[in-house]
Amino acid sequence: MPANRFNGHSDYGIGIGLRVPHYAHILSKKPVVDWFEIISENFMVEGGRPLELLDKILEQYRVVQHGVSMYFGSADKPDRAHLKRLKGLVRRTRTPWLSDHLCWGSVDGTYTHDLLPMPYTFAAARRTAEKIRQIRDYVEVPVCVENVSSYAEFHASEMTEWEFLTEVVELADCGILLDVNNIYVSSKNHGFNPYDYVNNVPHHRVGQMHIAGHTKFEKYILDTHDHPVLDPVWKLYAHATRLCGITATLLEWDDKIPSFDEVHNEALKANEFIDGAKKAAV
Amino acid sequence: MKPPPKHAPSRIASTADLRAFQRMMASAIIRPLTADDGLQPRWTDGRPMDEVAAEFIKPNDRLTSFERLQLYSRMYWFRLFDSIRDDCPGLLAALGERAFGRLAQAYLAQYPSRSFTLRNLCSRLERFILEKPRLTAPRTELASEIARFEWAQTVAFDGEARPVIAASHLARTPPSRLRLGLQPYITLLALRHPIDTYVIAVKRRDALRSEASNTPDAAAVVHRAFRRAALPRPRQTHVAVHRHNNRLFYKRLDPAAFRILDALRRGRTLSRAIAAAGPGVKPAQAKAWFTSWTALGWFCARGNKRRRAAS
Repeated sequence: MPANRFNGHSDYGIGIGLRVPHYAHILSKKPVVDWFEIISENFMVEGGRPLELLDKILEQYRVVQHGVSMYFGSADKPDRAHLKRLKGLVRRTRTPWLSDHLCWGSVDGTYTHDLLPMPYTFAAARRTAEKIRQIRDYVEVPVCVENVSSYAEFHASEMTEWEFLTEVVELADCGILLDVNNIYVSSKNHGFNPYDYVNNVPHHRVGQMHIAGHTKFEKYILDTHDHPVLDPVWKLYAHATRLCGITATLLEWDDKIPSFDEVHNEALKANEFIDGAKKAAV
Repeated sequence: MKPPPKHAPSRIASTADLRAFQRMMASAIIRPLTADDGLQPRWTDGRPMDEVAAEFIKPNDRLTSFERLQLYSRMYWFRLFDSIRDDCPGLLAALGERAFGRLAQAYLAQYPSRSFTLRNLCSRLERFILEKPRLTAPRTELASEIARFEWAQTVAFDGEARPVIAASHLARTPPSRLRLGLQPYITLLALRHPIDTYVIAVKRRDALRSEASNTPDAAAVVHRAFRRAALPRPRQTHVAVHRHNNRLFYKRLDPAAFRILDALRRGRTLSRAIAAAGPGVKPAQAKAWFTSWTALGWFCARGNKRRRAAS
Protein backbone atom coordinates (compact mmCIF):
# COMPACT_ATOMS: atom_id res chain seq x y z
CA MET A 1 0.00 0.00 0.00
CA PRO A 2 2.45 2.67 -1.08
CA ALA A 3 -0.29 5.14 -1.93
CA ASN A 4 -3.24 5.59 0.37
CA ARG A 5 -5.58 8.32 1.49
CA PHE A 6 -3.33 9.13 4.41
CA ASN A 7 -0.45 10.21 2.21
CA GLY A 8 -2.57 11.87 -0.43
CA HIS A 9 -2.43 8.83 -2.72
CA SER A 10 1.15 9.75 -3.48
CA ASP A 11 3.90 7.39 -4.63
CA TYR A 12 6.85 8.84 -2.77
CA GLY A 13 9.89 6.61 -2.28
CA ILE A 14 12.93 7.30 -0.14
CA GLY A 15 13.57 10.83 1.04
CA ILE A 16 15.84 12.66 3.42
CA GLY A 17 15.43 15.61 5.73
CA LEU A 18 16.31 19.01 4.28
CA ARG A 19 19.03 20.36 6.57
CA VAL A 20 21.08 23.56 6.56
CA PRO A 21 24.57 22.00 6.03
CA HIS A 22 23.33 20.51 2.75
CA TYR A 23 21.69 23.59 1.24
CA ALA A 24 24.69 24.67 -0.83
CA HIS A 25 25.28 21.16 -2.18
CA ILE A 26 21.63 20.66 -3.11
CA LEU A 27 21.29 24.00 -4.84
CA SER A 28 24.55 23.75 -6.74
CA LYS A 29 24.69 20.03 -7.60
CA LYS A 30 20.97 19.36 -7.83
CA PRO A 31 21.31 15.72 -6.77
CA VAL A 32 18.54 13.27 -7.62
CA VAL A 33 16.46 12.83 -4.50
CA ASP A 34 12.93 11.49 -4.53
CA TRP A 35 11.69 13.95 -1.94
CA PHE A 36 12.70 16.11 0.98
CA GLU A 37 11.03 16.35 4.35
CA ILE A 38 11.10 19.84 5.84
CA ILE A 39 10.53 20.82 9.44
CA SER A 40 7.48 23.03 9.05
CA GLU A 41 8.43 25.36 11.89
CA ASN A 42 11.72 26.30 10.20
CA PHE A 43 9.73 27.85 7.40
CA MET A 44 6.75 29.27 9.32
CA VAL A 45 8.41 32.67 9.20
CA GLU A 46 7.35 35.88 7.53
CA GLY A 47 10.19 36.39 5.08
CA GLY A 48 13.90 36.34 4.43
CA ARG A 49 16.32 33.63 3.48
CA PRO A 50 14.39 30.57 4.77
CA LEU A 51 11.50 31.19 2.39
CA GLU A 52 13.78 32.14 -0.50
CA LEU A 53 15.60 28.88 -0.04
CA LEU A 54 12.43 26.87 0.27
CA ASP A 55 11.12 28.32 -2.98
CA LYS A 56 14.32 27.30 -4.76
CA ILE A 57 14.00 23.77 -3.41
CA LEU A 58 10.35 23.64 -4.45
CA GLU A 59 11.33 24.48 -8.02
CA GLN A 60 13.29 21.24 -8.20
CA TYR A 61 11.98 18.81 -5.61
CA ARG A 62 8.94 17.31 -3.95
CA VAL A 63 8.61 18.36 -0.34
CA VAL A 64 6.64 16.93 2.58
CA GLN A 65 6.02 18.90 5.74
CA HIS A 66 6.82 17.44 9.14
CA GLY A 67 6.00 19.41 12.28
CA VAL A 68 7.44 19.39 15.77
CA SER A 69 5.19 21.77 17.68
CA MET A 70 1.55 21.03 16.89
CA TYR A 71 1.37 18.94 20.06
CA PHE A 72 -1.75 16.99 19.18
CA GLY A 73 -1.78 15.62 22.72
CA SER A 74 -1.63 18.92 24.61
CA ALA A 75 -4.79 19.73 26.51
CA ASP A 76 -4.65 23.28 25.13
CA LYS A 77 -6.81 24.17 22.14
CA PRO A 78 -5.05 24.48 18.79
CA ASP A 79 -3.53 27.92 18.35
CA ARG A 80 -5.35 29.67 15.50
CA ALA A 81 -2.41 31.89 14.56
CA HIS A 82 -0.15 28.86 14.42
CA LEU A 83 -2.62 26.99 12.22
CA LYS A 84 -2.93 29.94 9.90
CA ARG A 85 0.81 30.03 9.38
CA LEU A 86 0.88 26.29 8.89
CA LYS A 87 -1.84 26.44 6.29
CA GLY A 88 0.02 29.20 4.45
CA LEU A 89 3.05 26.94 4.29
CA VAL A 90 0.94 23.98 3.14
CA ARG A 91 -0.26 26.09 0.23
CA ARG A 92 3.28 27.10 -0.58
CA THR A 93 4.77 23.59 -0.52
CA ARG A 94 1.72 21.72 -1.83
CA THR A 95 2.66 18.93 0.58
CA PRO A 96 0.51 15.86 -0.16
CA TRP A 97 0.28 15.10 3.53
CA LEU A 98 1.37 16.60 6.80
CA SER A 99 2.85 14.88 9.83
CA ASP A 100 3.47 15.72 13.46
CA HIS A 101 3.92 13.78 16.67
CA LEU A 102 1.66 11.89 19.01
CA CYS A 103 2.83 13.78 22.04
CA TRP A 104 2.37 16.93 24.04
CA GLY A 105 4.85 19.71 24.77
CA SER A 106 3.03 22.83 25.84
CA VAL A 107 0.53 23.72 28.52
CA ASP A 108 -1.24 27.04 29.14
CA GLY A 109 0.79 28.47 26.25
CA THR A 110 4.19 27.66 27.79
CA TYR A 111 6.37 25.55 25.50
CA THR A 112 8.92 22.93 26.49
CA HIS A 113 10.08 22.42 22.87
CA ASP A 114 10.15 18.71 23.53
CA LEU A 115 8.09 15.75 22.32
CA LEU A 116 6.73 14.57 25.66
CA PRO A 117 5.05 11.18 25.98
CA MET A 118 1.33 10.89 26.54
CA PRO A 119 -0.42 9.13 29.37
CA TYR A 120 -2.10 6.33 27.43
CA THR A 121 -5.69 6.79 28.55
CA PHE A 122 -9.00 6.75 26.70
CA ALA A 123 -9.77 10.34 27.68
CA ALA A 124 -6.40 11.50 26.38
CA ALA A 125 -6.97 9.56 23.15
CA ARG A 126 -10.36 11.22 22.65
CA ARG A 127 -8.96 14.69 23.24
CA THR A 128 -6.00 14.05 20.96
CA ALA A 129 -8.16 12.65 18.16
CA GLU A 130 -10.49 15.63 18.41
CA LYS A 131 -7.55 18.00 17.94
CA ILE A 132 -6.17 16.05 15.01
CA ARG A 133 -9.55 16.26 13.28
CA GLN A 134 -9.80 20.01 13.92
CA ILE A 135 -6.31 20.59 12.58
CA ARG A 136 -6.76 18.37 9.53
CA ASP A 137 -10.06 20.07 8.68
CA TYR A 138 -8.37 23.45 8.89
CA VAL A 139 -5.23 22.71 6.89
CA GLU A 140 -7.13 20.57 4.36
CA VAL A 141 -4.46 17.91 3.81
CA PRO A 142 -4.23 14.38 5.22
CA VAL A 143 -2.48 14.11 8.57
CA CYS A 144 -0.17 11.32 9.74
CA VAL A 145 0.76 11.11 13.41
CA GLU A 146 4.17 9.88 14.44
CA ASN A 147 4.96 7.72 17.45
CA VAL A 148 7.68 9.33 19.58
CA SER A 149 10.60 7.80 21.40
CA SER A 150 10.16 8.06 25.14
CA TYR A 151 12.04 7.73 28.39
CA ALA A 152 9.16 7.67 30.86
CA GLU A 153 5.91 5.76 31.42
CA PHE A 154 3.04 6.85 33.61
CA HIS A 155 0.99 5.19 36.31
CA ALA A 156 -2.14 6.71 34.81
CA SER A 157 -1.78 4.80 31.51
CA GLU A 158 -4.59 2.37 30.74
CA MET A 159 -3.13 0.65 27.66
CA THR A 160 0.05 0.04 25.70
CA GLU A 161 1.53 2.68 23.45
CA TRP A 162 0.51 0.86 20.28
CA GLU A 163 -3.03 0.47 21.59
CA PHE A 164 -3.10 4.18 22.31
CA LEU A 165 -1.78 5.02 18.84
CA THR A 166 -4.44 2.77 17.31
CA GLU A 167 -7.19 4.30 19.43
CA VAL A 168 -6.18 7.82 18.40
CA VAL A 169 -5.83 7.19 14.66
CA GLU A 170 -9.08 5.24 14.51
CA LEU A 171 -10.99 7.98 16.36
CA ALA A 172 -9.37 10.70 14.25
CA ASP A 173 -9.49 8.63 11.06
CA CYS A 174 -5.98 9.76 10.24
CA GLY A 175 -2.74 8.15 9.11
CA ILE A 176 0.36 6.96 10.92
CA LEU A 177 3.92 8.03 10.41
CA LEU A 178 5.52 4.89 11.76
CA ASP A 179 8.95 5.69 13.18
CA VAL A 180 10.59 2.31 13.54
CA ASN A 181 13.64 3.77 15.26
CA ASN A 182 11.41 5.37 17.88
CA ILE A 183 9.66 2.04 18.42
CA TYR A 184 13.02 0.36 18.90
CA VAL A 185 14.30 3.06 21.29
CA SER A 186 11.14 2.97 23.40
CA SER A 187 11.10 -0.83 23.43
CA LYS A 188 14.55 -0.86 24.99
CA ASN A 189 13.69 1.91 27.44
CA HIS A 190 10.43 0.29 28.53
CA GLY A 191 11.08 -3.39 28.01
CA PHE A 192 8.51 -4.37 25.40
CA ASN A 193 8.91 -6.34 22.20
CA PRO A 194 9.15 -3.91 19.27
CA TYR A 195 7.64 -6.53 16.96
CA ASP A 196 4.50 -6.61 19.11
CA TYR A 197 4.20 -2.87 18.43
CA VAL A 198 4.66 -3.17 14.66
CA ASN A 199 2.38 -6.21 14.45
CA ASN A 200 -0.48 -4.52 16.23
CA VAL A 201 -0.88 -1.10 14.63
CA PRO A 202 -3.39 -0.70 11.78
CA HIS A 203 -1.08 -1.24 8.82
CA HIS A 204 -3.47 0.20 6.27
CA ARG A 205 -3.15 3.59 7.98
CA VAL A 206 0.63 3.84 7.67
CA GLY A 207 1.31 6.65 5.22
CA GLN A 208 5.01 7.14 5.90
CA MET A 209 7.90 5.65 7.85
CA HIS A 210 10.89 7.17 9.59
CA ILE A 211 14.26 5.56 10.13
CA ALA A 212 17.16 7.06 12.12
CA GLY A 213 20.13 6.35 14.30
CA HIS A 214 20.20 6.37 18.08
CA THR A 215 22.75 6.29 20.90
CA LYS A 216 23.05 3.66 23.60
CA PHE A 217 23.87 4.68 27.15
CA GLU A 218 24.33 2.45 30.14
CA LYS A 219 20.75 2.61 31.38
CA TYR A 220 18.77 3.89 28.43
CA ILE A 221 18.83 4.65 24.71
CA LEU A 222 18.51 8.20 23.38
CA ASP A 223 16.94 9.05 20.06
CA THR A 224 19.81 11.23 18.87
CA HIS A 225 19.53 11.10 15.05
CA ASP A 226 23.30 11.43 14.85
CA HIS A 227 24.31 8.00 13.58
CA PRO A 228 23.64 5.66 10.68
CA VAL A 229 20.65 3.37 11.18
CA LEU A 230 21.52 0.41 13.38
CA ASP A 231 20.91 -3.19 12.32
CA PRO A 232 18.03 -3.96 14.69
CA VAL A 233 16.20 -0.92 13.33
CA TRP A 234 16.76 -2.03 9.72
CA LYS A 235 15.35 -5.42 10.64
CA LEU A 236 12.32 -3.84 12.23
CA TYR A 237 11.92 -1.63 9.16
CA ALA A 238 12.02 -4.69 6.91
CA HIS A 239 9.35 -6.31 9.04
CA ALA A 240 7.17 -3.20 8.99
CA THR A 241 7.55 -2.94 5.22
CA ARG A 242 6.41 -6.54 4.81
CA LEU A 243 3.31 -5.77 6.88
CA CYS A 244 2.46 -2.28 5.64
CA GLY A 245 3.64 -2.50 2.07
CA ILE A 246 6.26 -0.31 0.46
CA THR A 247 5.82 3.06 2.07
CA ALA A 248 7.32 6.53 1.69
CA THR A 249 10.40 6.38 3.90
CA LEU A 250 12.49 9.16 5.36
CA LEU A 251 15.90 9.02 7.02
CA GLU A 252 16.29 11.52 9.86
CA TRP A 253 19.83 12.76 10.53
CA ASP A 254 19.77 15.91 12.64
CA ASP A 255 23.02 16.10 14.56
CA LYS A 256 26.68 15.56 13.60
CA ILE A 257 25.36 15.73 10.07
CA PRO A 258 27.80 14.23 7.54
CA SER A 259 28.01 15.05 3.83
CA PHE A 260 24.90 15.03 1.71
CA ASP A 261 26.05 11.92 -0.12
CA GLU A 262 26.64 10.01 3.10
CA VAL A 263 23.17 10.81 4.38
CA HIS A 264 21.53 10.03 1.05
CA ASN A 265 23.40 6.76 0.64
CA GLU A 266 22.38 5.72 4.13
CA ALA A 267 18.75 6.43 3.26
CA LEU A 268 18.97 4.49 0.02
CA LYS A 269 19.93 1.37 1.96
CA ALA A 270 16.20 1.12 2.58
CA ASN A 271 15.90 -0.05 -1.04
CA GLU A 272 17.45 -3.35 -0.04
CA PHE A 273 14.60 -4.00 2.36
CA ILE A 274 11.99 -2.66 -0.01
CA ASP A 275 13.25 -5.07 -2.69
CA GLY A 276 13.02 -7.86 -0.16
CA ALA A 277 9.42 -6.94 0.56
CA LYS A 278 8.67 -6.84 -3.16
CA LYS A 279 10.09 -10.33 -3.68
CA ALA A 280 8.16 -11.63 -0.69
CA ALA A 281 4.97 -10.18 -2.13
CA VAL A 282 5.43 -11.92 -5.53
CA MET B 1 1.68 28.58 33.08
CA LYS B 2 -0.84 28.19 35.87
CA PRO B 3 0.36 26.57 39.11
CA PRO B 4 0.50 22.77 39.04
CA PRO B 5 -1.90 20.74 41.19
CA LYS B 6 -0.71 19.60 44.59
CA HIS B 7 -0.59 16.04 43.28
CA ALA B 8 -0.60 14.66 39.73
CA PRO B 9 -3.98 13.05 38.97
CA SER B 10 -3.88 9.29 39.52
CA ARG B 11 -6.51 8.83 36.78
CA ILE B 12 -6.82 10.81 33.59
CA ALA B 13 -10.47 10.61 32.71
CA SER B 14 -11.07 14.05 31.27
CA THR B 15 -9.35 16.92 29.47
CA ALA B 16 -9.15 18.71 32.84
CA ASP B 17 -7.24 15.74 34.28
CA LEU B 18 -4.95 15.74 31.25
CA ARG B 19 -4.27 19.44 31.70
CA ALA B 20 -3.52 18.97 35.40
CA PHE B 21 -1.13 16.13 34.57
CA GLN B 22 0.61 18.22 31.93
CA ARG B 23 0.94 21.22 34.28
CA MET B 24 2.54 18.95 36.86
CA MET B 25 5.06 17.42 34.49
CA ALA B 26 5.89 20.64 32.65
CA SER B 27 6.40 22.47 35.96
CA ALA B 28 8.83 19.77 37.07
CA ILE B 29 10.72 19.82 33.77
CA ILE B 30 11.19 23.58 33.55
CA ARG B 31 12.32 24.08 37.15
CA PRO B 32 15.96 25.18 37.15
CA LEU B 33 18.48 22.38 37.59
CA THR B 34 20.94 22.12 40.45
CA ALA B 35 24.58 23.10 39.98
CA ASP B 36 25.41 19.54 38.89
CA ASP B 37 22.56 19.45 36.38
CA GLY B 38 20.17 17.43 38.49
CA LEU B 39 16.54 17.85 39.45
CA GLN B 40 16.14 19.85 42.61
CA PRO B 41 15.88 17.48 45.57
CA ARG B 42 12.66 19.05 46.86
CA TRP B 43 9.41 20.04 45.17
CA THR B 44 7.90 23.50 45.56
CA ASP B 45 5.92 22.39 48.63
CA GLY B 46 8.99 20.92 50.34
CA ARG B 47 8.26 17.25 49.64
CA PRO B 48 11.17 15.09 48.44
CA MET B 49 11.27 15.24 44.63
CA ASP B 50 11.70 11.48 44.27
CA GLU B 51 8.39 11.06 46.08
CA VAL B 52 6.68 13.56 43.78
CA ALA B 53 8.12 11.95 40.63
CA ALA B 54 7.06 8.49 41.81
CA GLU B 55 3.45 9.69 42.05
CA PHE B 56 3.07 9.85 38.30
CA ILE B 57 6.12 8.28 36.63
CA LYS B 58 6.81 4.56 36.72
CA PRO B 59 10.33 3.40 37.51
CA ASN B 60 11.88 0.57 35.51
CA ASP B 61 14.60 -1.94 36.33
CA ARG B 62 17.36 0.60 35.50
CA LEU B 63 15.99 4.05 36.31
CA THR B 64 13.98 5.49 39.17
CA SER B 65 11.00 7.75 38.53
CA PHE B 66 13.19 10.66 39.61
CA GLU B 67 15.90 9.74 37.09
CA ARG B 68 13.41 9.38 34.26
CA LEU B 69 11.94 12.80 34.97
CA GLN B 70 15.45 14.20 35.28
CA LEU B 71 16.25 13.04 31.73
CA TYR B 72 13.47 15.21 30.39
CA SER B 73 14.43 18.18 32.53
CA ARG B 74 18.04 18.00 31.41
CA MET B 75 17.05 17.75 27.77
CA TYR B 76 14.83 20.81 28.21
CA TRP B 77 17.54 22.93 29.76
CA PHE B 78 20.34 21.79 27.46
CA ARG B 79 18.18 22.40 24.39
CA LEU B 80 17.21 25.89 25.47
CA PHE B 81 20.73 26.79 26.60
CA ASP B 82 22.05 25.70 23.21
CA SER B 83 19.47 27.83 21.49
CA ILE B 84 20.34 30.94 23.51
CA ARG B 85 24.06 30.38 22.97
CA ASP B 86 23.51 30.08 19.23
CA ASP B 87 21.48 33.28 19.11
CA CYS B 88 23.66 35.33 21.45
CA PRO B 89 27.36 34.72 20.73
CA GLY B 90 28.15 38.36 21.44
CA LEU B 91 26.49 38.32 24.84
CA LEU B 92 28.22 35.05 25.70
CA ALA B 93 31.61 36.49 24.73
CA ALA B 94 31.02 39.67 26.73
CA LEU B 95 29.83 37.98 29.92
CA GLY B 96 31.86 34.77 29.86
CA GLU B 97 30.52 31.24 30.30
CA ARG B 98 29.57 31.36 33.98
CA ALA B 99 27.80 34.69 34.06
CA PHE B 100 26.08 33.90 30.78
CA GLY B 101 24.91 30.57 32.16
CA ARG B 102 23.49 32.23 35.28
CA LEU B 103 21.75 34.85 33.17
CA ALA B 104 20.27 32.28 30.78
CA GLN B 105 18.95 30.11 33.60
CA ALA B 106 17.39 33.04 35.44
CA TYR B 107 15.90 34.38 32.20
CA LEU B 108 14.30 31.08 31.24
CA ALA B 109 12.96 30.63 34.75
CA GLN B 110 11.36 34.08 34.63
CA TYR B 111 10.34 34.01 30.97
CA PRO B 112 9.84 30.45 29.75
CA SER B 113 9.15 30.10 26.06
CA ARG B 114 5.70 31.28 24.97
CA SER B 115 6.22 30.57 21.30
CA PHE B 116 6.04 27.43 19.19
CA THR B 117 9.49 28.25 17.82
CA LEU B 118 12.85 28.65 19.54
CA ARG B 119 13.43 31.51 17.13
CA ASN B 120 11.58 33.76 19.58
CA LEU B 121 13.37 32.56 22.71
CA CYS B 122 15.46 35.71 23.17
CA SER B 123 12.74 38.23 22.38
CA ARG B 124 12.49 39.32 26.04
CA LEU B 125 16.14 38.97 27.00
CA GLU B 126 16.99 42.66 26.83
CA ARG B 127 14.01 43.49 29.04
CA PHE B 128 15.06 40.82 31.54
CA ILE B 129 18.64 42.11 31.68
CA LEU B 130 17.34 45.55 32.58
CA GLU B 131 14.93 44.10 35.14
CA LYS B 132 17.70 42.12 36.86
CA PRO B 133 20.82 44.27 36.52
CA ARG B 134 22.58 42.33 39.28
CA LEU B 135 23.04 39.37 36.92
CA THR B 136 25.15 41.34 34.44
CA ALA B 137 26.74 43.97 36.70
CA PRO B 138 28.95 45.86 36.06
CA ARG B 139 28.25 45.45 32.35
CA THR B 140 24.46 45.73 32.39
CA GLU B 141 24.21 48.53 29.87
CA LEU B 142 26.58 46.79 27.47
CA ALA B 143 24.82 43.45 27.95
CA SER B 144 21.40 44.97 27.30
CA GLU B 145 22.66 46.62 24.12
CA ILE B 146 24.18 43.39 22.85
CA ALA B 147 20.96 41.51 23.61
CA ARG B 148 18.97 44.15 21.72
CA PHE B 149 21.36 43.99 18.81
CA GLU B 150 21.32 40.19 18.62
CA TRP B 151 17.53 40.11 18.74
CA ALA B 152 17.51 42.66 15.90
CA GLN B 153 19.55 40.18 13.87
CA THR B 154 16.86 37.53 14.34
CA VAL B 155 14.22 40.00 13.17
CA ALA B 156 16.32 41.00 10.17
CA PHE B 157 16.95 37.38 9.21
CA ASP B 158 13.37 36.28 8.70
CA GLY B 159 11.07 39.16 9.63
CA GLU B 160 8.24 40.29 7.43
CA ALA B 161 8.97 42.21 4.23
CA ARG B 162 6.19 44.35 2.77
CA PRO B 163 5.88 45.56 -0.81
CA VAL B 164 8.34 48.36 -1.47
CA ILE B 165 6.90 51.79 -2.18
CA ALA B 166 7.73 52.91 -5.69
CA ALA B 167 9.97 55.93 -6.11
CA SER B 168 7.28 57.47 -8.35
CA HIS B 169 4.88 57.42 -5.41
CA LEU B 170 7.40 59.26 -3.30
CA ALA B 171 7.87 61.84 -6.04
CA ARG B 172 4.21 62.63 -6.58
CA THR B 173 3.08 62.91 -2.94
CA PRO B 174 3.74 66.22 -1.17
CA PRO B 175 6.23 65.76 1.71
CA SER B 176 3.76 67.41 4.08
CA ARG B 177 1.33 64.53 3.47
CA LEU B 178 3.65 61.62 2.79
CA ARG B 179 3.96 59.05 5.58
CA LEU B 180 6.32 56.17 4.92
CA GLY B 181 6.59 52.84 6.65
CA LEU B 182 9.90 51.18 7.33
CA GLN B 183 10.24 47.51 6.50
CA PRO B 184 9.35 45.47 9.62
CA TYR B 185 12.62 43.54 9.38
CA ILE B 186 14.65 46.74 10.02
CA THR B 187 15.60 47.64 13.56
CA LEU B 188 16.98 51.11 14.27
CA LEU B 189 19.35 51.18 17.21
CA ALA B 190 20.79 54.13 19.09
CA LEU B 191 23.53 52.55 21.18
CA ARG B 192 26.13 53.79 23.63
CA HIS B 193 28.64 51.24 22.36
CA PRO B 194 29.70 50.16 18.84
CA ILE B 195 28.01 46.78 19.19
CA ASP B 196 28.07 46.13 15.45
CA THR B 197 31.86 46.00 15.25
CA TYR B 198 32.03 44.00 18.46
CA VAL B 199 29.61 41.36 17.17
CA ILE B 200 31.52 41.16 13.90
CA ALA B 201 34.75 40.60 15.86
CA VAL B 202 33.15 37.84 17.92
CA LYS B 203 31.79 36.12 14.82
CA ARG B 204 35.20 36.30 13.12
CA ARG B 205 36.84 34.82 16.19
CA ASP B 206 34.28 32.01 16.37
CA ALA B 207 34.63 31.28 12.65
CA LEU B 208 38.40 31.15 12.91
CA ARG B 209 38.18 28.90 15.93
CA SER B 210 35.82 26.62 14.06
CA GLU B 211 38.02 26.50 10.95
CA ALA B 212 41.04 25.66 13.04
CA SER B 213 39.27 22.93 14.94
CA ASN B 214 40.46 20.22 12.55
CA THR B 215 44.09 20.93 13.33
CA PRO B 216 44.67 20.69 17.06
CA ASP B 217 47.90 22.70 17.20
CA ALA B 218 46.51 25.57 15.17
CA ALA B 219 43.34 25.48 17.20
CA ALA B 220 45.27 26.05 20.40
CA VAL B 221 47.09 29.03 18.93
CA VAL B 222 43.89 30.54 17.60
CA HIS B 223 42.10 29.88 20.86
CA ARG B 224 44.75 31.77 22.82
CA ALA B 225 44.85 34.63 20.35
CA PHE B 226 41.09 35.02 20.10
CA ARG B 227 40.04 34.00 23.58
CA ARG B 228 38.13 37.18 24.03
CA ALA B 229 37.18 39.86 21.55
CA ALA B 230 37.99 43.19 23.17
CA LEU B 231 34.94 44.67 24.83
CA PRO B 232 33.76 47.83 23.08
CA ARG B 233 34.50 51.17 24.68
CA PRO B 234 31.59 53.59 24.97
CA ARG B 235 30.92 55.48 21.76
CA GLN B 236 27.56 56.77 20.59
CA THR B 237 26.57 54.58 17.65
CA HIS B 238 23.54 54.64 15.39
CA VAL B 239 22.95 51.58 13.30
CA ALA B 240 20.23 49.89 11.28
CA VAL B 241 20.17 46.10 11.42
CA HIS B 242 18.57 44.99 8.16
CA ARG B 243 18.81 42.58 5.29
CA HIS B 244 19.47 43.02 1.60
CA ASN B 245 18.98 40.25 -0.92
CA ASN B 246 18.17 38.15 2.15
CA ARG B 247 21.60 38.64 3.67
CA LEU B 248 22.11 40.26 7.04
CA PHE B 249 23.72 43.71 7.18
CA TYR B 250 24.48 46.40 9.73
CA LYS B 251 24.37 49.93 8.35
CA ARG B 252 25.90 52.74 10.35
CA LEU B 253 23.74 55.85 10.33
CA ASP B 254 24.57 59.49 10.83
CA PRO B 255 22.68 60.66 13.95
CA ALA B 256 20.60 63.01 11.80
CA ALA B 257 19.76 60.19 9.39
CA PHE B 258 18.77 58.06 12.37
CA ARG B 259 16.41 60.81 13.58
CA ILE B 260 14.74 60.97 10.17
CA LEU B 261 14.17 57.22 10.00
CA ASP B 262 13.03 57.09 13.59
CA ALA B 263 10.53 59.87 12.97
CA LEU B 264 9.20 58.10 9.89
CA ARG B 265 8.78 54.89 11.84
CA ARG B 266 6.83 56.85 14.46
CA GLY B 267 4.40 57.99 11.78
CA ARG B 268 5.64 61.52 11.14
CA THR B 269 5.16 62.99 7.69
CA LEU B 270 8.21 63.23 5.48
CA SER B 271 8.56 66.96 5.98
CA ARG B 272 8.33 66.63 9.77
CA ALA B 273 10.80 63.73 9.74
CA ILE B 274 13.31 65.79 7.81
CA ALA B 275 12.77 68.64 10.23
CA ALA B 276 13.56 66.23 13.05
CA ALA B 277 17.01 65.76 11.57
CA GLY B 278 17.92 69.26 12.71
CA PRO B 279 19.05 72.40 10.96
CA GLY B 280 22.54 71.19 10.11
CA VAL B 281 21.44 68.73 7.43
CA LYS B 282 21.87 70.01 3.91
CA PRO B 283 19.21 69.09 1.31
CA ALA B 284 21.81 67.31 -0.82
CA GLN B 285 22.80 65.14 2.13
CA ALA B 286 19.19 64.22 2.93
CA LYS B 287 18.57 63.47 -0.74
CA ALA B 288 21.57 61.12 -0.83
CA TRP B 289 20.30 59.27 2.24
CA PHE B 290 16.86 58.83 0.75
CA THR B 291 18.35 57.62 -2.52
CA SER B 292 20.31 54.98 -0.63
CA TRP B 293 17.37 53.90 1.57
CA THR B 294 15.06 53.70 -1.41
CA ALA B 295 17.58 51.59 -3.32
CA LEU B 296 17.76 49.25 -0.33
CA GLY B 297 13.97 48.87 -0.42
CA TRP B 298 13.51 50.18 3.10
CA PHE B 299 10.25 52.05 2.53
CA CYS B 300 6.88 50.40 2.46
CA ALA B 301 3.30 51.36 3.17
CA ARG B 302 2.56 51.95 6.81
CA GLY B 303 0.82 49.13 8.66
CA ASN B 304 -2.59 49.53 10.25
CA LYS B 305 -3.00 51.05 13.69
CA ARG B 306 -3.08 47.74 15.49
CA ARG B 307 0.18 46.66 13.87
CA ARG B 308 1.81 49.96 14.76
CA ALA B 309 0.74 49.63 18.36
CA ALA B 310 2.17 46.12 18.49
CA SER B 311 5.52 47.23 17.15
